[in-house]
Amino acid sequence: MNAVQEQELTGWRKWLDGAGDQCIFFSRFLKNIFAGGFEWSEFVRQCYEIGYRSMMLVGITSFIMGAVLILQLRPSLVEFGEESMLPVTLTVSLVREIGPVITALICAGKIASSIGAELGSMKVTEQIDAMEVSGANPLQYLVVTRILAVTFMVPLLTIIGDVIGLIGGYIALNFTDNISYVLYFHKCVAAIDFSDFLPAFVKTIFFGFAIGFVGCYKGFNSNKGTASVGIAANSAVVTASLWVFVIDAIAVQITSILFYK
Amino acid sequence: MEAVKEQKKHVAKPKKEVIIQIKGLKKSFGKKEVLKDINLEVDRGENLVVLGKSGEGKSVTIECIVGLLIPDGGSLKVFGDEVANMNNKQLKELRMKIGFLFQSGALYDSMTVRENLEFPLTRVLKLTDEHEIEERIKEVLEGVGLLDAIDKLPADLSGGMRKRVGLARTLIIKPEIMLYDEPTTGLDPITSREISELILSMQKKYKTTSIIITHDMECARIAADRIVVMDDGKYIAEGTFDGLHKSNNEIVKAFFNDIL
Repeated sequence: MNAVQEQELTGWRKWLDGAGDQCIFFSRFLKNIFAGGFEWSEFVRQCYEIGYRSMMLVGITSFIMGAVLILQLRPSLVEFGEESMLPVTLTVSLVREIGPVITALICAGKIASSIGAELGSMKVTEQIDAMEVSGANPLQYLVVTRILAVTFMVPLLTIIGDVIGLIGGYIALNFTDNISYVLYFHKCVAAIDFSDFLPAFVKTIFFGFAIGFVGCYKGFNSNKGTASVGIAANSAVVTASLWVFVIDAIAVQITSILFYK
Repeated sequence: MEAVKEQKKHVAKPKKEVIIQIKGLKKSFGKKEVLKDINLEVDRGENLVVLGKSGEGKSVTIECIVGLLIPDGGSLKVFGDEVANMNNKQLKELRMKIGFLFQSGALYDSMTVRENLEFPLTRVLKLTDEHEIEERIKEVLEGVGLLDAIDKLPADLSGGMRKRVGLARTLIIKPEIMLYDEPTTGLDPITSREISELILSMQKKYKTTSIIITHDMECARIAADRIVVMDDGKYIAEGTFDGLHKSNNEIVKAFFNDIL
């Protein structure tokens, strides 16, 4: 075996090691959810830290996205004389795709990195070891609460983001057209049905889980050294963002089969 | 092991209960063999100091004792049970009897001092009586002289204060064994001395058995009932502070060079 083949084999072995580690981490996470003694107070604290503190960022981004979409869509629809379809087009694109993905990507950047860095620094400063040797369960206290909090909060943030995006669209639309808010929101609500909302909502649960899981895994398994905190935060963002796109692609396929035959 | 034989003449120990027994302990990280052949017995109520150069694997030994690392070979028994063979429940029960003071103090930096001390009481001992929790927190904080810092965050404490709070957090569950990982590293001589004296007074107050990993000779002089010196993954000398001070072993002498 030459050096290049050996290097390739080492790369694959590392990848398989990582995949195996993640499976073990996932099984430990599942086991600890049902192990009893759920840390409710820490879960609520994490929901506040993760959800409430991300609301402003998600809100501003969604508002701008809604406004920009209206401004971008308008010339095309006017060309076909279909400007009355602007609220419908915005709502469908926002609820089905743009809202969940943009919110998830913002959360991947903000939440996955902060969890990765926090747990990474706890690892470096031996806080996780201290928890373990005291007989407490760091997985239950640090990992289960964070993953479940992100899984719970990302769908909520997405719904809030969608509503703010529609408000942004309404304001942008009123720069050029005069439409009452009653008519605008009536059109928005009429545009979506169960098959638009449910798949989008379900995929945001998976987005949330992936973001929390990746952040916790990267932080919890970081090496001992200050540089590894940065590495954990950085790789948490990259990996979580990639997972958002992978889950989105899978979700679109499944949704197409189930709802849009 | 010439020095060992030499010192054993000076140390005539009465027969005591051995609570930590290590035989032929081995541990490697990759190709680096850190522990080659560790043999040690620690009696109940004893303060044992492990001296050695940095990177010699002193901390690895105590991390094996508490089950953070799994040894590659040999036997390590605590309270008569082999640590490597313990299941999660047994390991948790063992850890409830052991206090581990980390080099950095390892305080949970998102929690106040009070919350740091509450953590083992509510999560490990499962105490629910708020009055009892408050009493125990105040008792240990008084013991380490930091009752005023009860509502402070670790970031607001000095290095010595963090070590004291770390010590209070480990003592709050009333462990039978205390493991100190370089408790005076990074501290000024006055604070180091205070911490060493605190270790001794806490041992007397709580009747703990202690293993203190250090290369601080002042700490060893104050706190040690017995000292073992580690070199190249083995213990090369054993004895009291005064006994080892007279040793002819070059490595042992190097540690005692600066002591008058």
